[in-house]
Amino acid sequence: MSSESSPVAAVCNITKRFPGVLANDGISLEFHGGEIHVLLGENGAGKSTLIGMLAGMHQPDAGEIWIGGRPVTFRSPRESLALGVGTVFQHGLLVPSLTVIENLMLGGRWWRPLGYATALARFRQLSRLLGLSIDPHAAAGRLSLGEQQQIEILRALWREGRLLILDEPTAMLTPQGAQHLGSVMRRLKEQGLALLLVTHKLPEACQWGDRISVLRRGRLIGQISPDTLRRTNAAQTRETALGMMFGGEAATGNGEASRRERRSGRGRRGDRTTPPRLSVRGLRTAATPGECPLSEVSFDLWPGEILGIAGVDGNGQKHLAEVLAGQRHALQGQITLEGWEVTAEDAAGRRRRGIRYITDDRLNEATVGGFSVAINLLLKDIGDPPYWRHGIGDFELIHRHAREVIRSNDIRTPSEKTPLGRLSGGNIQKVVLARELDRETAVAILSKPTHGLDLHNCLLARERILDDELLVISDRIAVMFQGRLTGVVENGAGAARAVARLMTGDVGP
Amino acid sequence: MRGETQERLAIVLRVMVPAALALGAGAIILLMLGRDPLAYYGYVLKRGLLTWGGLQETLTRTAPLLLIAAGLIVAFRAGIWNLGGDGQFLLGAVATAGLGPLLIDVLPRGATLIACMAAAALTAALWSLIPAVLKARYGVNEVVSSLMMSFLGASFANLLVKTVLRDRTTAVPKTPDLPVADRLPPVLGNVHLGVLIALAAVVLVHLAITRTAFGLKLQVLGANPAVARHAGLNVTWITIASFTLSAALIGLGGSIEILGVWGTVRADWNPAFGLLVVPIVFLARLNGYAVIVFTLCVAVLMIGGESAARRLGVQQHFVWVLLALLLIFLALLEHFDQVRRARRAI
Repeated sequence: MSSESSPVAAVCNITKRFPGVLANDGISLEFHGGEIHVLLGENGAGKSTLIGMLAGMHQPDAGEIWIGGRPVTFRSPRESLALGVGTVFQHGLLVPSLTVIENLMLGGRWWRPLGYATALARFRQLSRLLGLSIDPHAAAGRLSLGEQQQIEILRALWREGRLLILDEPTAMLTPQGAQHLGSVMRRLKEQGLALLLVTHKLPEACQWGDRISVLRRGRLIGQISPDTLRRTNAAQTRETALGMMFGGEAATGNGEASRRERRSGRGRRGDRTTPPRLSVRGLRTAATPGECPLSEVSFDLWPGEILGIAGVDGNGQKHLAEVLAGQRHALQGQITLEGWEVTAEDAAGRRRRGIRYITDDRLNEATVGGFSVAINLLLKDIGDPPYWRHGIGDFELIHRHAREVIRSNDIRTPSEKTPLGRLSGGNIQKVVLARELDRETAVAILSKPTHGLDLHNCLLARERILDDELLVISDRIAVMFQGRLTGVVENGAGAARAVARLMTGDVGP
Repeated sequence: MRGETQERLAIVLRVMVPAALALGAGAIILLMLGRDPLAYYGYVLKRGLLTWGGLQETLTRTAPLLLIAAGLIVAFRAGIWNLGGDGQFLLGAVATAGLGPLLIDVLPRGATLIACMAAAALTAALWSLIPAVLKARYGVNEVVSSLMMSFLGASFANLLVKTVLRDRTTAVPKTPDLPVADRLPPVLGNVHLGVLIALAAVVLVHLAITRTAFGLKLQVLGANPAVARHAGLNVTWITIASFTLSAALIGLGGSIEILGVWGTVRADWNPAFGLLVVPIVFLARLNGYAVIVFTLCVAVLMIGGESAARRLGVQQHFVWVLLALLLIFLALLEHFDQVRRARRAI
C-alpha cells in the first residue's frame, strides 16, 4: 500500500563531514507512511549521523531534508519534533526521578502551566493506540527498560508524529521486550506512520522491514525494495544484505586467502598438544547501565595462538577484556592461567603472572596525558624495584630506562620528560605496547590495537605485537553477540563470511 | 633552555596579572565605599608585614593555614575533594584542648605536646573515615558528605566544649586553660615552634607527593580513576589513606593553633580557616612551595586587614572580597588562555 504513494519524509543527496571523516556521502532515502524502513550498517557506517540530522541535532553540509513535500531545515531537535519527526535514541533520555506523565510534559514552553488533564488524556489515547498499559504516575526510573522505551516512543509521537525513528531499539531489550516492540511497531504502521528502524541485526531487519537500506562507510550501498522483499525468502534476503554490509571481499574471500598465505609462510600456529595457557569457563558479569554484560563465556587459548574476538561494538567485548585483566569482578566462572586459578586475583596480581591488557582507550585509561613519557612507561610498576627503593623514586634510573625504551621502540618524543599527551596517537600506542609487551608476557589482551591509527602506525603496532611471537592475525575467531560467544570459527576459507553472519546475530543456517 | 625560562615567566605572569587586576578592582570598590585605596593597601602592608609585631602575628597565623593547606594538597592531588576542613580542624583543636590540661599534670611538657598533636590528628582522621569509606566503597560524593560531616564535627566539638570538657572554674563556656609556660615554645620573638612544624609538614607533603611511590599513585588516582584501576592500583585503599591523611594534617593544624596561640577552646569558636585555604591551594596549583608563598601573602592580608578594620573602618571581610576577586580573575585568565591555545591548535 505504500511504495506508490508520495513519501512522508525524505533525505535528498545528504552529505555531512566531520573533521577527518566523510560521515554521510550523498545519501538519498524515502520514508513512506505505513512502512518500516530498515537502515542497516556496521559501526561507523554513518547511521547515527543520518539520524542526528533528521532529529535536528546537527545540520547537513549539503543536500536536503523533505517533510510532507517541502524542504525543511532543522536548527534544533525542537523544530524537528514540531514537524512530526520523533526520535527514540538507543540510550534512554527519561528523567528517572520524575513520573511518566511528568516526563512526557517536559519540553513544553517554560511559561505555560503544566496541563495534567490534557496530558493524561493524550497519554490514554496513545496508550490505547499502541496497546500499552503503563501507570502514568509511576516513577520513570522504576520501569523496565522495555517500558521506558515505550514511554520514549509515546513522547516521540506526543505531537502527532509523521516519522518515528528508532535507533537500535532492541539493544537493551529482552527477547519478550523485543517482541512487544514489534507489535507496537505494527500498530503504528497500521496508523499510517512512517518508521525508520536503525539496526545492525539482520534477523530483525528481515522480520520487520518493509524496505531495507544498507549503509557502508557513509554511503548508501544498496536497497531492497518492498517488492523484492515480498518475492524473496528470508534466507536470500539475509545473503543479499550481508553482502552489502560487509562488502565484496567478505563475500568472495579474496583478501582472506592472501592473508592466510602470509600467515602460513610464518609457520606459526597455536600448539594444541600442550594444555591451554588460558582457560575461561562460564564467565558472567553484572549488568551495568549502558553496558552489555557477559553470560556463560567459555574458551581456551593455547600458547602461540591469537584468538580474535569479533562482534559489533557493545556486545560484551569490553567486559570480557576487563574481566580477564582483573579490572572487573566476575559474578561467576573461572579463569585459569597455566593451571593456576587466577579468578580471585586483582589486576596487579594478574599482571605479575603475565596477563597484559592493552585497552583501546589509550588516552583515558591506558595513560595519563599530563604525566611524562617516563612515568607513563612505568605506570603499572609504581613502587617496584629497581625504580623505587623503599617507596622512594630513583628518577635518574626512571629517566634512563625511559631513554632506552624510547630508543629501542623508536618512540618520537622531544624527551623522556615530555608530557605524553603531546605525542601523536601512534607514538602513544608505542609507549603502551612497550610497557605491556615484554619477556614476561604470558597472555596479551588487545582491545582494538590498531584503532585510530593511520596505516603506517598500524603496521608498526602489528610488527611490535609480532616481535613478541604473538602472530599477525587470528588463528581462530570467536564472535560475541549480546554478551555470549555465539560461535568460534577456525580461520580459513569462508571464515569472514561466517563471522559476519554471527556478528549480526544470525545463528540460523 | 629559552623555552623553559619563558614557561617560568608565563607561570609567574599568570599569577601576577590576576593579582594586579584584583587589587585594581578592590581599589574601585574601596573608592565607591569612600575610602582611600592607597591608604588601605599601605596600611595592610605595613601592619601585616613591615612592623615587627605585625610580622610576628602574620608568621604565627601561617601555622594553621599551612597545615590545612598540606592536608588539602594530599586530598586534592588524589582527586578527593575534602571540604570537611573546618570540622576536622575544630575536632583536632578540641581534642588538644581537652587532653592538654589533663596530661600536663602527669607528663613532661614535650610528651604532653606530642601526645596532644597525635590525638588531634587521630581524632580528625577518624572523623574523616566516614566520608572516606562512603566514597571508597559506595562512590558517595565526598564534596557533600565531607561538608555535612564538617557541620556535624563543628557542632560536636562545640558540644564537647560546653559539656564534658567545660572548665568548671569560670562562667564562660570554655575548656580549661593550658598554662602559657606549657604551650609550644617560641622560636623567634612570639612566633611559636608550630610555624616550623607546619612548614616542615608542607615541604614533607610536597616531597612525598613528587618523589615517592605513594605520592605518584595518589597522583594517578587524581588524574584519572580509570587509569588507576587499569594500572592495578588499590583505589579503595588509596582513597581512604589520602582522605584520612588529609584530615590528620588538618586536625594537627587545629592542635597547633591551640598549643601555640590560645591554650583553650571557647564555645562557638570557629575561625573557618578550612574553606579559606581551598582557594589558596588552587592558586598554588597544589604545589607545596607555591602554597608557602601564597599562605604568607594571605596571612599578611588577614593580619593587616584585621588592624585596618579597627583603624580605617574597612570591614575585615574585605580581605575575602580581595581573595574572591583574585580567584575570579585567575579563572577568567585561565579560560582566555585555553581559548587562545585551542585557536592556535587549529
